[in-house]
Amino acid sequence: MATATVAHHDTEVHGHQDHHDHEHHDNFITKYLFTTDHKMIAKQFLVTGMFWALIGGLLSTLFRLQLGFPDMNLEVLRPILGGWIDEAGKLDPTFYLALVTMHGTIMVFFVLTAGLSGTFSNFLIPLQIGARDMASGFMNMLSYWFFFVSGVIMFISLFLKTGPAGGGWVVYPPLSALEQAIPGSGMGMTLWLISMVFFIASSLLGGINYVTTVINLRTKGMSFSRLPLTIWAFFLTAVIGILSFPVLFAAALLLVFDRSFGTSFYLADIYVAGEALPNTGGSPVLYQHLFWFLGHPEVYIVLLPALGITSEVIATNSRKPIFGYKAMVISLLGITVLSFIVWAHHMFVSGMNPFLGSIFMFLTLIIAVPSAVKVFNYLTTLWRGNLIFTPGMLFSIGLVSFFISGGLTGIFLGNSAIDIQLHDTYFVVAHFHLVMGSASFFGMMAGVYHWFPKMFGRMMDAKLGYIHFWLTFVGVYMVFFPMHYIGIAGFPRRYYSWTNFEFTNLYTDLNMFVSVAAIITFAAQFIFIFNFFYSMYRGRKASLNPWNSNTLEWTTPLHPGHGNWPGEIPTVYRWPYDYSKPGAAEDFIPQHIPLSQTPESNLPHEQELVKLELEIMKEEADLVANESKH
Amino acid sequence: MYTFLIAVGALLLLSLVWMVYRIQTLVSVVKGSDRKIASGSNKVNAILFLVFLFGSGALMFWYSIKEFDNYQMPVASEHGVITDELFWITMAVTGIVFLITHVLLFIFPYKYQYKEGRKAAFYPDNHKLELIWTAVPGVVMAGLVISGWMAWSDITAPAPEKAHVVEIMGYQFAWDVRYPGKDNVLGDYDYRLINASNSHGIDFTDKNSIDDFPSPRVVIPKGEPVLFKIRARDVLHSVFAPHMRLKMDAVPGMPTRFWFVPTKTTAEMRAELKNPEFEYEIACTEICGRGHFSMKKIIEVVEPAEYQKWLSEQKSFLQQNPSLAEGLKTEKKEIAGIN
Repeated sequence: MATATVAHHDTEVHGHQDHHDHEHHDNFITKYLFTTDHKMIAKQFLVTGMFWALIGGLLSTLFRLQLGFPDMNLEVLRPILGGWIDEAGKLDPTFYLALVTMHGTIMVFFVLTAGLSGTFSNFLIPLQIGARDMASGFMNMLSYWFFFVSGVIMFISLFLKTGPAGGGWVVYPPLSALEQAIPGSGMGMTLWLISMVFFIASSLLGGINYVTTVINLRTKGMSFSRLPLTIWAFFLTAVIGILSFPVLFAAALLLVFDRSFGTSFYLADIYVAGEALPNTGGSPVLYQHLFWFLGHPEVYIVLLPALGITSEVIATNSRKPIFGYKAMVISLLGITVLSFIVWAHHMFVSGMNPFLGSIFMFLTLIIAVPSAVKVFNYLTTLWRGNLIFTPGMLFSIGLVSFFISGGLTGIFLGNSAIDIQLHDTYFVVAHFHLVMGSASFFGMMAGVYHWFPKMFGRMMDAKLGYIHFWLTFVGVYMVFFPMHYIGIAGFPRRYYSWTNFEFTNLYTDLNMFVSVAAIITFAAQFIFIFNFFYSMYRGRKASLNPWNSNTLEWTTPLHPGHGNWPGEIPTVYRWPYDYSKPGAAEDFIPQHIPLSQTPESNLPHEQELVKLELEIMKEEADLVANESKH
Repeated sequence: MYTFLIAVGALLLLSLVWMVYRIQTLVSVVKGSDRKIASGSNKVNAILFLVFLFGSGALMFWYSIKEFDNYQMPVASEHGVITDELFWITMAVTGIVFLITHVLLFIFPYKYQYKEGRKAAFYPDNHKLELIWTAVPGVVMAGLVISGWMAWSDITAPAPEKAHVVEIMGYQFAWDVRYPGKDNVLGDYDYRLINASNSHGIDFTDKNSIDDFPSPRVVIPKGEPVLFKIRARDVLHSVFAPHMRLKMDAVPGMPTRFWFVPTKTTAEMRAELKNPEFEYEIACTEICGRGHFSMKKIIEVVEPAEYQKWLSEQKSFLQQNPSLAEGLKTEKKEIAGIN
């Protein structure tokens, strides 16, 4: 295949001209299915992610029906849900737990990890650093197909007679280990574990590739200090994933042993279903430590790419450099490091040593500082800008809002004394749905709207984008903001109904409101689905650089082939945020424009670099001349 | 029939949306607005941010004030007063940040919306400003953490010697309560001893277990320290007594604990809330299976004198069910008062 030769990013590779001829030999299978082109793999991740987002969203509307309208007769759903609707037309409580579990698993792993990182790391890393493809196209292909298999297995588990896993997305043992305790812990849980093993493999294959590519395949002049913030974010996300996913694998493996081979890593002193089990000496808290060692970094795996995308989109559409590039990179690094040492804040009341709780409280609240810096920098980037509200820009501003709202409630939950009351209530649900769920989802949407022209060579319809944004933005707040009140009132999570307790026997109106808002918000996503697929074929033809952006991907042809640039890869001479530079004629100067061509806008220290730059360019020219002589 | 009508309605609605969409696309092509950098929609979006700011802000203040008594749960424990105070201090601090950042976030889009011919400010960094807004959150966080840490240390400190011990055991899907009796020491247990008549797995050969007694409710005295000894029999559960601001997981194989001082009797709380039916409740907050939402136990807080009276009236496990004592030596049966 042509890919082998073009994978070298080295600008002096001979004969790029012929490599384009090879493109046409791709058949359907090598072009759309088992492709090694990072752009196509990105689209595969995106479309699969969208599919899962719809499934995950649909599951949430089902359990919101139960929570908002507990007396509703759901007989109409019997054709789909079968026996999970009981004779009285009510949702089965066990199935309710399965819905909650699957919603969480699907959204966290399949949509916001694979759908977000998988799509944009794959699509943007080679295009923005100036590489022909990922370091290993084959591993990249495997990464997608492992994810696909993982999805197929999880999908099958939805249709089991005993139901899919139902112990919450965290699948804490002993509940997840004992079939006697909940039917979903039988075959459903087995499939969950197998699916996750494939997913972890996929994630690692992808992550290793992203890291390698960013370190090794940057084009000439693309130093780390000139990387777009998107790439910084994807790079650090991949690092987090590589370090944390293996720990989830360990946790899952021990759980498999406990479930199938009679070990007692997590099980001790259990009497269930009229029988005392032989297991002694294990600790369920051990599982929680292992799980959250992945689980917390996972939050940042989900969030960092969204923040990276937002940085890029906000700078471009504010026509301003991102404020405090260095501070943004340092805060990303800070979040990366800190994300590994805060996991036990999920476990303040798990029975672990309270002293450990104190330590983790200190570490957790430190992470608020880099997050705050990011917010202030976004705000300052907007300040005195010349803002163009593309749909991507709207979603980015929405992300910042969610990041603030959900981030601030983290300060409550990170404080172990306050967490005693709020732990596992709807306050937590509101917190993480805003800061990680919705913020990351908005980052993903911003990315799709912004890079759609590069993906498909056409524009998405902006008006539909606006409608989609406003419905979703208002909708998300209408769903999750009321949950703070419900949470402060003490409503516990994962409850099938509220009528058993006096302290939760109120707010039926608010729960109904939330459910209606959730269903409307879910329905609004079909506007996006329509816009996406319609524009793919019928959208207005995009120009080469529709947003007047600085980064390298906009220097490729409208439909870049495998290898991205038909000729040489452009060299990079400046950082990616030269927007509205004083003295420049246009309000943007792309990264590949040499400083020597823009004497009118160079800052004093850049003017000094011009001489050096000219020398290097001369050397280059000599080299190329020599090459062609041979 | 209904399904048919709904389907027709949906179809009509969809075609209407479709037509509107096509018309607006054509209009924008004719007007050439799709070629402009920023079309008229830019202004609309800018205004909508303002509308959202004021609309949702007003809604938030209105609802937060109107519903205050509903979501602010009355507190009935000593440490709960402290954690509530911390909660509201944090609310004030974060509330201010929330308002300021959101006002800026939504006013900037209006104020700095695209204008042809204007150039954005080239303002890539300002170290002084960045240092300030790194240091200020740092200091504020430090304050919050230290106050939280002090409260946490007090709450999780070992219980006072004289604390009244109550054992709460979670199982699918209820709580069982055991009192240590006169000696205030709970007897040993072993999960392998659990059977239909000994749901706690109490080891009755341990002399401390002889005066242990069960109770359908958690009865505790007001104003005196109470120690919950918490365990689980099958899967994880979590004891949540919302009015006591108390939560602790129940873990199979690893007993946990939480001590507190209740400050209001059930009767006093009933009077305060003008609700004669009020009860303190315990709920489960760790997903545990089908009946997770129904694991209820009532806590009854009474005056200390009443508590002592109630204690003296209770019958031990062995008195209630002498068959449990089978195989025990006679002397022990005598101590237990069942011969």
